Amino acid sequence: MRKLLLQNLWRSPLTIAAPAPSAAALAELGVKVDQAARRRLGRSLAIREVDAGSCNGCELEIHALNNAYYDLERFGLRFVASPRHADVLLVTGPVTANMREALERTYAATPDPKWVVAVGDCGRDGGVFAGSYACVGGVSAVIPVDVHIPGCPPTPMQLLEGLLALLQVQRW
Amino acid sequence: MSAAASLQVLLEAGQPVAGHRPWPRIVVTTELWHAVIEGLAGGGWTLLGLWGEPGMVHLAAHEAASGFIGVASLPCPDGCFPSVGRLHPPAQRLERALADLVGLQPIDAPDARPWLDHGRWPVRHPLGAASAPAEATSPYPFLSAEGESLHQIPVGPVHAGIIEPGHFRFTANGEAVVRLEERLGYVHKGIEALLAGAPLERAARLVGRVSGDSTVAYALAFARAVEAATETAIPARAHGLRALMAELERLANHCGDIGAICNDAAFALMLAQCAVLREQVLRASAACFGHRLLMDSIVPGGVATDLPADGVHLLRALVAEIRRQFPPLVELYDNTASLQNRTASTGFVRPDLIRQFGCGGTIGRAGGRDFDARRQPGYPPYEQLKFEIPARTDSDVNARIWLRIGEVEQSLALIEQLLEQLPMGPVCVEVRQPGQPCEGVALVEGFRGDILVWLRLAADGTVARCHPRDPSWFQWPLLEAAIENNIVADFPLCNKSFNGSYSGHDL
Repeated sequence: MRKLLLQNLWRSPLTIAAPAPSAAALAELGVKVDQAARRRLGRSLAIREVDAGSCNGCELEIHALNNAYYDLERFGLRFVASPRHADVLLVTGPVTANMREALERTYAATPDPKWVVAVGDCGRDGGVFAGSYACVGGVSAVIPVDVHIPGCPPTPMQLLEGLLALLQVQRW
Repeated sequence: MSAAASLQVLLEAGQPVAGHRPWPRIVVTTELWHAVIEGLAGGGWTLLGLWGEPGMVHLAAHEAASGFIGVASLPCPDGCFPSVGRLHPPAQRLERALADLVGLQPIDAPDARPWLDHGRWPVRHPLGAASAPAEATSPYPFLSAEGESLHQIPVGPVHAGIIEPGHFRFTANGEAVVRLEERLGYVHKGIEALLAGAPLERAARLVGRVSGDSTVAYALAFARAVEAATETAIPARAHGLRALMAELERLANHCGDIGAICNDAAFALMLAQCAVLREQVLRASAACFGHRLLMDSIVPGGVATDLPADGVHLLRALVAEIRRQFPPLVELYDNTASLQNRTASTGFVRPDLIRQFGCGGTIGRAGGRDFDARRQPGYPPYEQLKFEIPARTDSDVNARIWLRIGEVEQSLALIEQLLEQLPMGPVCVEVRQPGQPCEGVALVEGFRGDILVWLRLAADGTVARCHPRDPSWFQWPLLEAAIENNIVADFPLCNKSFNGSYSGHDL
């Protein structure tokens, strides 16, 4: 194990350069985030991921944000285990009827000020599952959404761009 | 009916359905249905699937001794059928789901509680005679565990990690788990209803999203079922590229899982290293086929994208890179006693339960059941490739990690062979227009285990009915058995070593 750790110390990091914040996400956010919220949260955000019906494709790519290439924590963004510790809810999937209440309760358990990021084409409007008896639609059909990150699933780079837009807005 | 009769001989007494390929579907009488159930309960054959449509229930079974696969269909004019789960527990949840979705009632079923229907849908029996839901829904009654100083721990549906939703109800005596009961269905998306009437292209996209981590395997199973139904032959290069994609998917998922299991024993170094390997596989997949998870890359008739000019070179470099980085990680796992202290003897699953449930994938093969759909029934191009199917009998978390390590090595060897032998030529053909209703079935080995897809196409080539069955159906119930007498803190380890799909199961 020591050998592996040493090698990793000597090797140049795998981590890629940060992308520019997504212009679309910035535009969407610009009108929604108020000054007071930005002051209180500083430049660090705790994220609670909620799968509200996803096929788990989005979860795989959200997981990838933690790998050495994307290294989400360098931006002050980290995943937390409870909505009570979270500033941001990262919600995936078409919201299923069976998950609706759990999502509402998770939102209620998240302290204000809070943001909701809807991830994936399903999180936007239900995606390929739109119209099913078992789905209520996109995330915004159940809780207010501040940013959408489209894609099926969005790549880790697209996720980073969307999340960095949140931090960018805070810096204004 | 003699218990010694083979499944094939037994089903010969029924009425074969024309246009069902490649394996027969037989309409059976109630008497034959009972004989099939008895054969399942006696261990003569394995349950592959149980699903329904208005007025008819279907049961797919596999006989390991002969390799025979058949579908038995029982007409249910009265809206009910003799319960399979009464004698054969692996059918219980499938039967409950079938009752929720189609409305057919299993007679004398040991568990009459709903499964996927949580009382939140605007309809009742969405795949059957859809009706308005019942007015008031009673709380879901969990099974009881009685005894002194027992306490319950409810977990989920929203979990602490970045994982899918489901509810686990633990009953514990101090640290030791006395009973675990799962409650699933939270991510039920109504995929079967969306599939009914869908054109092939849309249906392929939907089936490719039953469980995102197995999108290649699902798309492959769907495509193979369509091609069987329509008797469409696809080019040799398409077979090669499909297998390439399937092995890339297996490689990526196993790398991720090995790291994630170790991480649940607080050994984060392994996760960090394995996540790098996984990322390299996904990047190579994107560079070769245009999508990191390879979604929509396999279509009925072949594949959507051919390998680019530098594709062979890229994938060879990937294999070389993983061959370089992976062995030190295996050595690290092998030499870290504190980690193995957590994984060895934890989450043991009895091999007789694995056989009874027909549990596939790494869980099955780590517990003495060496079933792999690439070998039996087998499908191209695997008959031309050399590979071993790693198998163990110790059936604990450690065994399931070693199984994945063995399969990573096999997948690397398979990718090399596939690149070596990749035939030239077209990669896709038009699917033949059926002209009349036809049915197809396919069994494909995903990274998690064997995926069954059954479908019926209408005369115009659209999907009339399609049922995808995830390997998790026969794995989730065994997690309840694996955790018994383990401590609560080892549940994440056991769960991750199973890595059941919620979305694939909930449909």
